[in-house]
Amino acid sequence: MTIENVTDTLREHPFLQGFRPDHIDKLAAMASEVRFGKNELIFHEGDESSFFYLLLSGSVALEVPTPGRTVRVATLGHGEELGWSSILPSTHVKQFQARSLEEVRALGFDGERLRHACEEDYSFGYALLRAVLQVVASRLQATRIQLLDIYSPVSSKA
Amino acid sequence: MAVIEAEQERGLANAMVPALGRVAQVKKETSDTFTLAVEPASAEPLAGFQPGQFSMLYVFGAGELPISISGDPQERSRLVYTVRSVGKLTQLLVSRKPGDVIGVRGPYGTHWPLKAARGKDVLIVAGGIGLAPLRPAIYHILRHRADYGRLIVLYGARSPRDLIYRRQIEEWARLPDAQVLATVDYGGVAWHGHVGVVTGLFRYVRLQPFHTVALICGPEIMMRYVIWELETRGLQPGDLHISLERNMKCGIGFCGHCQYGPNFLCKDGPIFPYHEIRSWFGKYEL
Repeated sequence: MTIENVTDTLREHPFLQGFRPDHIDKLAAMASEVRFGKNELIFHEGDESSFFYLLLSGSVALEVPTPGRTVRVATLGHGEELGWSSILPSTHVKQFQARSLEEVRALGFDGERLRHACEEDYSFGYALLRAVLQVVASRLQATRIQLLDIYSPVSSKA
Repeated sequence: MAVIEAEQERGLANAMVPALGRVAQVKKETSDTFTLAVEPASAEPLAGFQPGQFSMLYVFGAGELPISISGDPQERSRLVYTVRSVGKLTQLLVSRKPGDVIGVRGPYGTHWPLKAARGKDVLIVAGGIGLAPLRPAIYHILRHRADYGRLIVLYGARSPRDLIYRRQIEEWARLPDAQVLATVDYGGVAWHGHVGVVTGLFRYVRLQPFHTVALICGPEIMMRYVIWELETRGLQPGDLHISLERNMKCGIGFCGHCQYGPNFLCKDGPIFPYHEIRSWFGKYEL
Protein backbone atom coordinates (compact mmCIF):
# COMPACT_ATOMS: atom_id res chain seq x y z
CA MET A 1 0.00 0.00 0.00
CA THR A 2 1.50 3.36 -1.00
CA ILE A 3 1.52 6.32 1.38
CA GLU A 4 -1.18 7.96 -0.81
CA ASN A 5 -3.35 4.87 -0.49
CA VAL A 6 -2.81 4.80 3.26
CA THR A 7 -3.79 8.45 3.51
CA ASP A 8 -6.95 7.87 1.47
CA THR A 9 -7.83 4.80 3.54
CA LEU A 10 -7.33 6.68 6.78
CA ARG A 11 -9.40 9.61 5.56
CA GLU A 12 -12.34 7.29 5.01
CA HIS A 13 -11.96 5.33 8.22
CA PRO A 14 -14.87 6.03 10.63
CA PHE A 15 -12.53 6.26 13.61
CA LEU A 16 -10.80 9.28 12.07
CA GLN A 17 -13.89 11.24 11.06
CA GLY A 18 -13.29 14.91 11.84
CA PHE A 19 -9.49 14.58 11.90
CA ARG A 20 -7.58 17.44 10.26
CA PRO A 21 -5.68 16.58 7.05
CA ASP A 22 -2.29 17.21 8.73
CA HIS A 23 -3.27 14.81 11.51
CA ILE A 24 -4.20 12.19 8.93
CA ASP A 25 -0.82 12.73 7.23
CA LYS A 26 0.94 12.28 10.56
CA LEU A 27 -0.88 8.98 11.13
CA ALA A 28 -0.23 7.83 7.56
CA ALA A 29 3.50 8.24 8.12
CA MET A 30 3.30 5.89 11.10
CA ALA A 31 0.96 3.28 9.62
CA SER A 32 1.85 -0.12 8.33
CA GLU A 33 -0.53 -2.55 6.70
CA VAL A 34 -0.94 -5.83 8.57
CA ARG A 35 -2.86 -9.01 7.85
CA PHE A 36 -3.90 -11.81 10.14
CA GLY A 37 -5.05 -15.24 9.04
CA LYS A 38 -8.26 -16.80 10.29
CA ASN A 39 -8.17 -17.87 13.95
CA GLU A 40 -4.87 -16.14 14.65
CA LEU A 41 -4.17 -14.68 18.09
CA ILE A 42 -3.39 -11.01 17.51
CA PHE A 43 -2.42 -10.47 21.12
CA HIS A 44 -2.72 -12.33 24.39
CA GLU A 45 -4.18 -11.23 27.69
CA GLY A 46 -1.34 -9.78 29.76
CA ASP A 47 0.77 -8.76 26.75
CA GLU A 48 2.35 -5.38 27.13
CA SER A 49 0.33 -3.01 25.02
CA SER A 50 2.17 -2.38 21.81
CA PHE A 51 0.12 -1.96 18.65
CA PHE A 52 -2.96 0.02 17.90
CA TYR A 53 -4.97 -1.13 14.88
CA LEU A 54 -7.59 0.40 12.64
CA LEU A 55 -9.54 -2.48 11.13
CA LEU A 56 -10.12 -2.37 7.38
CA SER A 57 -11.77 -5.74 6.83
CA GLY A 58 -12.58 -8.96 8.64
CA SER A 59 -13.62 -9.35 12.23
CA VAL A 60 -11.84 -9.83 15.53
CA ALA A 61 -13.14 -11.36 18.77
CA LEU A 62 -12.07 -10.14 22.18
CA GLU A 63 -11.86 -13.12 24.46
CA VAL A 64 -11.27 -13.85 28.11
CA PRO A 65 -9.65 -17.23 28.67
CA THR A 66 -10.77 -18.85 31.89
CA PRO A 67 -9.95 -22.32 33.19
CA GLY A 68 -11.83 -24.78 31.03
CA ARG A 69 -13.35 -22.31 28.61
CA THR A 70 -12.81 -19.15 26.68
CA VAL A 71 -15.56 -16.54 26.63
CA ARG A 72 -16.04 -14.12 23.75
CA VAL A 73 -17.13 -10.78 25.16
CA ALA A 74 -17.09 -8.56 22.06
CA THR A 75 -16.45 -8.61 18.36
CA LEU A 76 -14.98 -5.80 16.29
CA GLY A 77 -15.16 -5.29 12.57
CA HIS A 78 -14.47 -2.95 9.69
CA GLY A 79 -14.33 0.68 10.73
CA GLU A 80 -13.44 -0.05 14.32
CA GLU A 81 -10.21 0.10 16.24
CA LEU A 82 -8.41 -2.55 18.24
CA GLY A 83 -5.92 -2.06 21.04
CA TRP A 84 -6.68 1.42 22.34
CA SER A 85 -4.76 0.64 25.54
CA SER A 86 -1.50 0.81 23.56
CA ILE A 87 -1.90 4.57 23.57
CA LEU A 88 -1.70 4.54 27.36
CA PRO A 89 1.65 4.45 29.22
CA SER A 90 3.70 1.33 28.62
CA THR A 91 2.91 -0.15 32.03
CA HIS A 92 -0.52 -0.97 30.64
CA VAL A 93 -1.09 -4.57 29.61
CA LYS A 94 -3.80 -6.12 27.41
CA GLN A 95 -6.89 -7.07 29.35
CA PHE A 96 -8.25 -9.44 26.71
CA GLN A 97 -6.92 -11.64 24.03
CA ALA A 98 -7.82 -10.79 20.45
CA ARG A 99 -8.45 -13.45 17.82
CA SER A 100 -9.18 -12.99 14.14
CA LEU A 101 -12.43 -14.73 13.22
CA GLU A 102 -11.66 -14.48 9.54
CA GLU A 103 -8.87 -13.00 7.49
CA VAL A 104 -8.26 -9.52 8.87
CA ARG A 105 -6.68 -6.53 7.18
CA ALA A 106 -5.72 -3.54 9.30
CA LEU A 107 -3.44 -0.58 9.60
CA GLY A 108 -1.15 -0.96 12.61
CA PHE A 109 0.52 1.79 14.62
CA ASP A 110 3.25 1.40 17.16
CA GLY A 111 1.82 2.57 20.49
CA GLU A 112 5.03 4.20 21.64
CA ARG A 113 5.37 6.24 18.45
CA LEU A 114 1.77 7.34 18.80
CA ARG A 115 2.38 8.45 22.39
CA HIS A 116 5.44 10.42 21.32
CA ALA A 117 3.47 12.07 18.52
CA CYS A 118 0.79 13.05 21.04
CA GLU A 119 3.40 14.60 23.33
CA GLU A 120 5.05 16.51 20.49
CA ASP A 121 1.85 17.87 19.02
CA TYR A 122 -0.88 18.51 21.57
CA SER A 123 -3.46 19.32 18.96
CA PHE A 124 -2.87 15.91 17.32
CA GLY A 125 -2.81 14.32 20.77
CA TYR A 126 -6.13 15.91 21.66
CA ALA A 127 -7.75 14.73 18.42
CA LEU A 128 -6.48 11.19 18.88
CA LEU A 129 -7.38 10.90 22.55
CA ARG A 130 -10.82 12.40 21.91
CA ALA A 131 -11.47 9.72 19.28
CA VAL A 132 -10.16 7.02 21.63
CA LEU A 133 -12.29 8.38 24.45
CA GLN A 134 -15.37 8.09 22.23
CA VAL A 135 -14.53 4.44 21.65
CA VAL A 136 -13.91 3.83 25.34
CA ALA A 137 -17.18 5.57 26.25
CA SER A 138 -19.21 3.54 23.78
CA ARG A 139 -17.59 0.29 24.97
CA LEU A 140 -18.26 1.25 28.58
CA GLN A 141 -21.88 1.92 27.67
CA ALA A 142 -22.10 -1.41 25.82
CA THR A 143 -20.62 -3.18 28.84
CA ARG A 144 -23.17 -1.52 31.12
CA ILE A 145 -25.98 -2.66 28.85
CA GLN A 146 -24.51 -6.17 28.85
CA LEU A 147 -24.43 -6.04 32.65
CA LEU A 148 -28.10 -5.10 32.67
CA ASP A 149 -28.73 -8.47 31.08
CA ILE A 150 -31.38 -6.83 28.96
CA TYR A 151 -32.83 -9.97 27.47
CA SER A 152 -33.59 -11.70 30.73
CA PRO A 153 -36.58 -9.77 32.15
CA VAL A 154 -39.56 -12.04 32.14
CA SER A 155 -43.24 -11.33 31.98
CA SER A 156 -46.44 -13.03 31.04
CA LYS A 157 -46.63 -12.10 27.37
CA ALA A 158 -44.03 -13.58 25.09
CA MET B 1 -81.33 1.08 28.22
CA ALA B 2 -81.54 -2.16 30.17
CA VAL B 3 -81.75 -4.07 26.84
CA ILE B 4 -78.57 -2.39 25.55
CA GLU B 5 -76.71 -3.18 28.78
CA ALA B 6 -77.86 -6.78 28.65
CA GLU B 7 -76.66 -7.02 25.02
CA GLN B 8 -73.30 -5.53 25.98
CA GLU B 9 -72.95 -7.96 28.84
CA ARG B 10 -73.81 -10.88 26.55
CA GLY B 11 -71.18 -9.63 24.06
CA LEU B 12 -68.57 -9.43 26.78
CA ALA B 13 -69.45 -12.87 28.05
CA ASN B 14 -69.11 -14.31 24.55
CA ALA B 15 -65.75 -12.61 24.13
CA MET B 16 -64.55 -14.39 27.24
CA VAL B 17 -65.47 -17.85 25.93
CA PRO B 18 -62.45 -19.58 24.39
CA ALA B 19 -62.49 -21.64 21.24
CA LEU B 20 -61.00 -25.10 21.59
CA GLY B 21 -57.61 -25.71 20.08
CA ARG B 22 -55.68 -28.93 19.83
CA VAL B 23 -51.93 -28.86 20.26
CA ALA B 24 -50.54 -30.28 17.02
CA GLN B 25 -46.84 -29.89 17.62
CA VAL B 26 -44.42 -28.77 20.33
CA LYS B 27 -40.91 -27.76 19.29
CA LYS B 28 -38.10 -26.95 21.68
CA GLU B 29 -36.37 -23.71 20.69
CA THR B 30 -34.03 -23.26 23.68
CA SER B 31 -33.74 -24.77 27.14
CA ASP B 32 -36.79 -22.81 28.33
CA THR B 33 -38.57 -21.74 25.16
CA PHE B 34 -40.97 -23.81 23.10
CA THR B 35 -43.06 -23.27 19.98
CA LEU B 36 -46.55 -24.73 19.97
CA ALA B 37 -48.69 -25.21 16.88
CA VAL B 38 -52.40 -25.22 17.68
CA GLU B 39 -55.13 -26.45 15.34
CA PRO B 40 -58.89 -26.15 15.80
CA ALA B 41 -60.33 -28.92 17.95
CA SER B 42 -63.71 -28.63 16.26
CA ALA B 43 -65.07 -27.89 12.80
CA GLU B 44 -64.95 -24.19 13.70
CA PRO B 45 -61.69 -22.70 12.33
CA LEU B 46 -59.48 -20.60 14.60
CA ALA B 47 -59.63 -16.91 13.76
CA GLY B 48 -56.97 -15.41 11.47
CA PHE B 49 -54.63 -12.73 12.77
CA GLN B 50 -52.51 -9.73 11.83
CA PRO B 51 -48.76 -9.80 12.53
CA GLY B 52 -48.13 -8.58 16.08
CA GLN B 53 -51.43 -9.66 17.59
CA PHE B 54 -51.77 -12.04 20.50
CA SER B 55 -54.16 -14.69 21.78
CA MET B 56 -55.31 -15.54 25.28
CA LEU B 57 -54.38 -19.18 25.79
CA TYR B 58 -56.21 -21.13 28.44
CA VAL B 59 -54.69 -24.09 30.23
CA PHE B 60 -57.89 -25.58 31.62
CA GLY B 61 -57.96 -25.81 35.35
CA ALA B 62 -54.94 -23.56 35.70
CA GLY B 63 -55.51 -20.22 34.03
CA GLU B 64 -55.18 -18.02 31.00
CA LEU B 65 -52.32 -15.94 29.65
CA PRO B 66 -51.57 -13.70 26.68
CA ILE B 67 -49.15 -15.10 24.11
CA SER B 68 -48.07 -13.43 20.88
CA ILE B 69 -48.76 -15.29 17.68
CA SER B 70 -45.45 -16.18 16.07
CA GLY B 71 -46.46 -18.12 12.96
CA ASP B 72 -47.11 -17.29 9.34
CA PRO B 73 -50.28 -15.18 8.99
CA GLN B 74 -50.93 -16.83 5.62
CA GLU B 75 -51.15 -20.24 7.24
CA ARG B 76 -54.83 -20.55 8.11
CA SER B 77 -54.94 -24.09 9.43
CA ARG B 78 -53.01 -23.49 12.64
CA LEU B 79 -51.85 -20.81 15.02
CA VAL B 80 -48.28 -20.87 16.26
CA TYR B 81 -47.06 -19.55 19.60
CA THR B 82 -43.58 -19.32 21.04
CA VAL B 83 -43.61 -19.47 24.82
CA ARG B 84 -40.86 -19.02 27.35
CA SER B 85 -41.39 -21.07 30.45
CA VAL B 86 -40.96 -18.60 33.28
CA GLY B 87 -43.74 -19.44 35.72
CA LYS B 88 -46.25 -22.08 36.71
CA LEU B 89 -48.71 -21.30 33.92
CA THR B 90 -46.19 -21.02 31.10
CA GLN B 91 -44.56 -24.21 32.39
CA LEU B 92 -47.93 -25.95 32.16
CA LEU B 93 -48.52 -24.53 28.68
CA VAL B 94 -45.18 -25.67 27.23
CA SER B 95 -45.60 -29.11 28.76
CA ARG B 96 -48.77 -29.72 26.72
CA LYS B 97 -48.43 -32.74 24.48
CA PRO B 98 -49.68 -33.14 20.89
CA GLY B 99 -53.38 -33.90 21.10
CA ASP B 100 -53.96 -31.93 24.30
CA VAL B 101 -56.76 -29.37 24.13
CA ILE B 102 -56.34 -25.76 25.25
CA GLY B 103 -58.59 -22.71 25.08
CA VAL B 104 -57.86 -19.97 22.55
CA ARG B 105 -59.38 -16.48 22.61
CA GLY B 106 -58.58 -13.74 20.21
CA PRO B 107 -56.61 -12.63 18.32
CA TYR B 108 -56.44 -9.34 20.14
CA GLY B 109 -54.58 -6.10 20.04
CA THR B 110 -53.04 -3.80 17.49
CA HIS B 111 -50.67 -5.04 14.79
CA TRP B 112 -47.44 -3.98 13.13
CA PRO B 113 -48.07 -1.18 10.58
CA LEU B 114 -47.15 -3.23 7.53
CA LYS B 115 -49.52 -1.36 5.23
CA ALA B 116 -48.02 2.00 6.17
CA ALA B 117 -44.53 0.57 5.75
CA ARG B 118 -45.08 -0.32 2.09
CA GLY B 119 -42.48 1.26 -0.16
CA LYS B 120 -40.12 1.84 2.75
CA ASP B 121 -37.20 -0.03 4.28
CA VAL B 122 -38.26 -2.11 7.26
CA LEU B 123 -35.90 -2.40 10.19
CA ILE B 124 -36.75 -5.13 12.68
CA VAL B 125 -34.99 -5.07 16.04
CA ALA B 126 -35.65 -7.92 18.43
CA GLY B 127 -34.27 -9.04 21.76
CA GLY B 128 -34.65 -12.50 23.26
CA ILE B 129 -38.12 -13.90 22.79
CA GLY B 130 -39.15 -10.52 21.32
CA LEU B 131 -38.47 -12.04 17.92
CA ALA B 132 -41.62 -14.15 18.31
CA PRO B 133 -44.23 -11.39 17.67
CA LEU B 134 -42.03 -9.99 14.90
CA ARG B 135 -41.71 -13.24 12.98
CA PRO B 136 -45.19 -12.95 11.40
CA ALA B 137 -44.17 -9.51 10.09
CA ILE B 138 -41.02 -11.04 8.56
CA TYR B 139 -43.12 -13.79 6.95
CA HIS B 140 -45.44 -11.14 5.53
CA ILE B 141 -42.63 -8.99 4.14
CA LEU B 142 -40.87 -11.97 2.58
CA ARG B 143 -44.15 -13.02 0.99
CA HIS B 144 -44.76 -9.53 -0.38
CA ARG B 145 -41.14 -8.66 -1.05
CA ALA B 146 -41.81 -6.23 -3.91
CA ASP B 147 -43.98 -4.06 -1.66
CA TYR B 148 -41.09 -3.13 0.62
CA GLY B 149 -37.60 -1.69 0.42
CA ARG B 150 -34.72 -3.27 2.27
CA LEU B 151 -35.43 -5.73 5.08
CA ILE B 152 -33.02 -5.44 7.98
CA VAL B 153 -33.31 -7.76 10.96
CA LEU B 154 -31.17 -7.18 14.05
CA TYR B 155 -31.53 -9.76 16.76
CA GLY B 156 -29.86 -9.98 20.14
CA ALA B 157 -29.89 -12.69 22.78
CA ARG B 158 -27.93 -13.55 25.88
CA SER B 159 -25.89 -16.37 24.39
CA PRO B 160 -25.94 -18.56 21.26
CA ARG B 161 -28.03 -21.10 23.21
CA ASP B 162 -30.71 -18.45 23.76
CA LEU B 163 -31.26 -17.63 20.09
CA ILE B 164 -34.70 -18.77 18.94
CA TYR B 165 -35.52 -19.76 15.34
CA ARG B 166 -31.79 -20.19 14.76
CA ARG B 167 -32.05 -22.22 11.55
CA GLN B 168 -34.59 -19.79 10.14
CA ILE B 169 -32.35 -16.82 10.97
CA GLU B 170 -29.55 -18.49 9.03
CA GLU B 171 -31.91 -18.98 6.09
CA TRP B 172 -33.05 -15.35 6.17
CA ALA B 173 -29.41 -14.23 6.35
CA ARG B 174 -28.74 -16.02 3.06
CA LEU B 175 -31.49 -14.11 1.26
CA PRO B 176 -29.99 -11.65 -1.22
CA ASP B 177 -32.38 -8.83 -0.40
CA ALA B 178 -32.24 -8.96 3.40
CA GLN B 179 -29.62 -8.00 5.95
CA VAL B 180 -29.95 -10.24 8.99
CA LEU B 181 -27.54 -9.90 11.90
CA ALA B 182 -27.61 -11.70 15.22
CA THR B 183 -25.56 -10.91 18.26
CA VAL B 184 -25.10 -12.41 21.70
CA ASP B 185 -23.94 -10.87 24.96
CA TYR B 186 -21.31 -13.56 25.34
CA GLY B 187 -20.32 -16.62 23.41
CA GLY B 188 -17.91 -19.50 23.41
CA VAL B 189 -15.25 -20.08 20.78
CA ALA B 190 -17.69 -22.10 18.67
CA TRP B 191 -19.76 -18.95 18.09
CA HIS B 192 -18.39 -17.08 15.10
CA GLY B 193 -21.07 -14.45 14.99
CA HIS B 194 -21.19 -11.03 16.54
CA VAL B 195 -20.69 -10.55 20.29
CA GLY B 196 -22.04 -7.43 21.95
CA VAL B 197 -25.33 -5.73 22.63
CA VAL B 198 -27.96 -5.42 19.90
CA THR B 199 -27.41 -1.66 19.62
CA GLY B 200 -23.84 -2.44 18.53
CA LEU B 201 -25.24 -3.89 15.30
CA PHE B 202 -26.39 -0.49 14.08
CA ARG B 203 -22.87 0.35 12.94
CA TYR B 204 -23.16 -2.36 10.28
CA VAL B 205 -26.40 -0.97 8.91
CA ARG B 206 -27.05 2.02 6.70
CA LEU B 207 -30.38 3.56 7.63
CA GLN B 208 -32.33 6.03 5.53
CA PRO B 209 -34.01 8.16 8.24
CA PHE B 210 -37.11 9.28 6.34
CA HIS B 211 -37.49 6.07 4.41
CA THR B 212 -37.38 3.51 7.21
CA VAL B 213 -39.99 2.05 9.53
CA ALA B 214 -38.63 0.33 12.63
CA LEU B 215 -40.49 -2.49 14.38
CA ILE B 216 -39.03 -3.18 17.81
CA CYS B 217 -39.79 -5.85 20.38
CA GLY B 218 -37.88 -7.01 23.40
CA PRO B 219 -37.50 -6.18 27.05
CA GLU B 220 -38.31 -2.52 27.69
CA ILE B 221 -34.79 -1.68 28.77
CA MET B 222 -33.50 -2.98 25.44
CA MET B 223 -36.10 -1.01 23.50
CA ARG B 224 -35.12 2.15 25.36
CA TYR B 225 -31.50 1.85 24.15
CA VAL B 226 -32.62 0.91 20.65
CA ILE B 227 -34.85 3.98 20.45
CA TRP B 228 -32.02 6.24 21.63
CA GLU B 229 -29.79 4.82 18.92
CA LEU B 230 -32.42 5.17 16.23
CA GLU B 231 -33.28 8.74 17.18
CA THR B 232 -29.56 9.56 17.13
CA ARG B 233 -29.50 8.19 13.60
CA GLY B 234 -32.33 10.48 12.57
CA LEU B 235 -35.33 8.16 12.57
CA GLN B 236 -38.57 9.91 13.45
CA PRO B 237 -40.54 8.85 16.56
CA GLY B 238 -43.60 8.25 14.36
CA ASP B 239 -41.63 5.68 12.37
CA LEU B 240 -40.66 3.70 15.46
CA HIS B 241 -43.17 1.07 16.56
CA ILE B 242 -42.76 -0.89 19.75
CA SER B 243 -44.58 -3.77 21.36
CA LEU B 244 -45.19 -3.37 25.06
CA GLU B 245 -46.26 -5.88 27.63
CA ARG B 246 -47.98 -5.74 30.99
CA ASN B 247 -50.00 -8.19 32.99
CA MET B 248 -53.20 -8.85 31.11
CA LYS B 249 -56.30 -10.59 32.30
CA CYS B 250 -59.34 -10.17 30.07
CA GLY B 251 -57.62 -9.21 26.79
CA ILE B 252 -60.55 -7.03 25.73
CA GLY B 253 -60.04 -3.78 27.62
CA PHE B 254 -62.56 -4.59 30.33
CA CYS B 255 -60.65 -5.44 33.49
CA GLY B 256 -58.00 -2.69 33.48
CA HIS B 257 -55.10 -4.92 34.52
CA CYS B 258 -52.93 -3.80 31.62
CA GLN B 259 -53.55 -0.06 31.92
CA TYR B 260 -50.62 1.98 30.62
CA GLY B 261 -51.20 5.68 31.08
CA PRO B 262 -54.45 6.38 29.23
CA ASN B 263 -54.25 3.11 27.29
CA PHE B 264 -55.11 -0.50 27.84
CA LEU B 265 -52.35 -2.54 26.33
CA CYS B 266 -54.64 -5.37 25.31
CA LYS B 267 -56.91 -3.22 23.15
CA ASP B 268 -55.00 0.01 22.40
CA GLY B 269 -51.72 -1.94 22.16
CA PRO B 270 -49.62 -3.96 22.49
CA ILE B 271 -48.06 -2.21 19.48
CA PHE B 272 -47.78 1.55 19.58
CA PRO B 273 -46.08 4.18 17.46
CA TYR B 274 -43.41 5.49 19.81
CA HIS B 275 -44.53 9.12 19.58
CA GLU B 276 -47.92 8.17 21.04
CA ILE B 277 -46.50 6.72 24.25
CA ARG B 278 -43.15 8.43 24.61
CA SER B 279 -44.30 10.46 27.62
CA TRP B 280 -45.14 7.22 29.42
CA PHE B 281 -42.30 5.09 28.17
CA GLY B 282 -39.68 4.28 30.80
CA LYS B 283 -41.71 5.73 33.68
CA TYR B 284 -40.85 3.76 36.77
CA GLU B 285 -44.41 3.77 38.13
CA LEU B 286 -45.85 2.30 34.92
